[in-house]
Amino acid sequence: MIKLFSLKQQKKDGEATPKVGNQKKASAAHLRITKDLNELNLPKTCNTEFSDPDDLLNFKLIICPDEGFYRGGKFTFSFKVGPNYPHEPPKVKCETQVYHPNIDLEGNVCLNILREDWKPVLTVNSIVYGLQYLFLEPNPEDPLNKEAAEVLQNNRRLFEQNVQKAMRGGHVGSVFFERCLK
Amino acid sequence: MDSPMSENNEDQQYPRRWNHIRKILERAGPFCHPNYEASPEVLNFVMTSCKILVIGAGGLGCELLKDLALMGFQKIDVIDMDTIDLSNLNRQFLFRRKDIGQSKAEVAANFINSRIPGCKVTPHFNRIQDFDEDFYRQFHIVVCGLDSIVARRWINGMLLSMLSYEENGELDQSTLIPMIDGGTEGFKGNARVILPGMSACVDCTLDLYPPQVTYPLCTIANTPRLPEHCIEYVKLIQWPKENPFDCAIDGDDPHHTNWIYEKSQDRANQFNIPGITYRLVQGVIKNIIPAVASTNAIIAAACATEVFKMATSCCLPLKNYMVFNDLDGIYTYTYEAEKKEDCLACSNVPKILEIENDNLKLQQLIDILCENESYQMKNPGLTTVHDGKTFTLYIPTVKSIEERTRENLKKTLSDLGLKNGSEILVADITNPNTLIFSLKFKSHS
Repeated sequence: MIKLFSLKQQKKDGEATPKVGNQKKASAAHLRITKDLNELNLPKTCNTEFSDPDDLLNFKLIICPDEGFYRGGKFTFSFKVGPNYPHEPPKVKCETQVYHPNIDLEGNVCLNILREDWKPVLTVNSIVYGLQYLFLEPNPEDPLNKEAAEVLQNNRRLFEQNVQKAMRGGHVGSVFFERCLK
Repeated sequence: MDSPMSENNEDQQYPRRWNHIRKILERAGPFCHPNYEASPEVLNFVMTSCKILVIGAGGLGCELLKDLALMGFQKIDVIDMDTIDLSNLNRQFLFRRKDIGQSKAEVAANFINSRIPGCKVTPHFNRIQDFDEDFYRQFHIVVCGLDSIVARRWINGMLLSMLSYEENGELDQSTLIPMIDGGTEGFKGNARVILPGMSACVDCTLDLYPPQVTYPLCTIANTPRLPEHCIEYVKLIQWPKENPFDCAIDGDDPHHTNWIYEKSQDRANQFNIPGITYRLVQGVIKNIIPAVASTNAIIAAACATEVFKMATSCCLPLKNYMVFNDLDGIYTYTYEAEKKEDCLACSNVPKILEIENDNLKLQQLIDILCENESYQMKNPGLTTVHDGKTFTLYIPTVKSIEERTRENLKKTLSDLGLKNGSEILVADITNPNTLIFSLKFKSHS
């Protein structure tokens, strides 16, 4: 155990304090996201976009599925990495309107690792793969968009047609979707 | 008897005022630190030199301020960004009904200053993030009564960033500021002593904090079973959609709470879920954990005792994590939390990277990192920090960043604003963590 204040008389009160310079250490979140991004190994259907290369905590992910119902579409997700990362997951929203059982019309995404199953060992890469998987295997069991889920469960052909209609830009039921083909 | 404070009026008026403390500080004993020298000088240090920072003037903060002031500490600063709410008054005993709406730090400081002669509490109605190293460096000890993990991690990171290391990598102990941290939740609490850089820090034991309660989004949206599901639905889905007040949810605004309460009630009716109450709504949106006055008093007392031991060395400090629970009977247990070897916050001691001078180009610096036999990196990504803001020097793996930072490779370190002593953060597949390097120039260009 150190005896802390053996130097107590000369210390403090402004004088003789070591001047380290005003560089503040990077936050744990920044250290970790630097690591995540440097090891990002994107599938060829995905791409990231950083509007400010100095801001690694806010970026977009663009997914262009090359198979499945959503083939040919282009979907943008925004990532916001908070100061508590990796203790808390990034906030991810879908910015493209999409007819999908697990994504609602406000862009909320139902992916377990984005909420209840997040663990600090997971990385940005894990989320990218999770999102990519949602497009390959939409899951009607845990729906956010209930109508879409019901159609997928009862009539896969109709679901496929609806997805196509939405991606080309048009109405599915009463909801209008903007065109999002690549 | 010659009091070290004989010039002090109050102490002449109450000559026996500090007798309880003197008994501890002016006598040696079996629990003293081996190097402890009992003398009146120690009390003098406590009263006239030792500067304590109390973070938080809430449940724990009020107790801490009272405890420290009565122990003889007279130079105390307190930070709190919050104002006083009616619901605080049952346990935050430095506040009265007339104080509602005022700064907790300011009211608490005024109360202590007028009630305890000689004590000078300086309030800061601020966020901890409003201050920089120069502010925090003036204190001998920091003691926290916080309710937020983010704030704990921030001050932890701040104290760690103020450490300096000798060239041989050894910690310069004069730059160390001990942090005593208390926390309570209902009938449970903990107190811990952190010597930044030497013992387990907040981030080392981050997985001790339970994760925030979250519910699967699809359950909230489609199959709610609990009243909490309904409230979360309104908070997460309905609020952003309807945006009733054109702003983010403010848990302290009764209009907001009311709106969420009514909408949650509608939704609960729809699914036949009983149990929505205004208080529950408040609890869910503000993440309220019931506070128990006695737990706060016990944990604050443990923390204040540690501050006293740390300041005087009159007794060996807590080593280093005490848990307390009096839900059924009384239980406490103390153990030594261990430093995490790969802790992102405290294991990252900057390594010295010696280079010729700042005429070196960034590409050459990367080559050094790849070729140097003690690093042998493969494809490093580099960032740096200037004045608290991060800058990306080069990240090869992300196309949109690579394209815009490629130019930097040809620039010299001085072009990029890197100086002798600047720190660069390097991520590479060869290491599980981002490494911090401190640049050292052999000569100046």
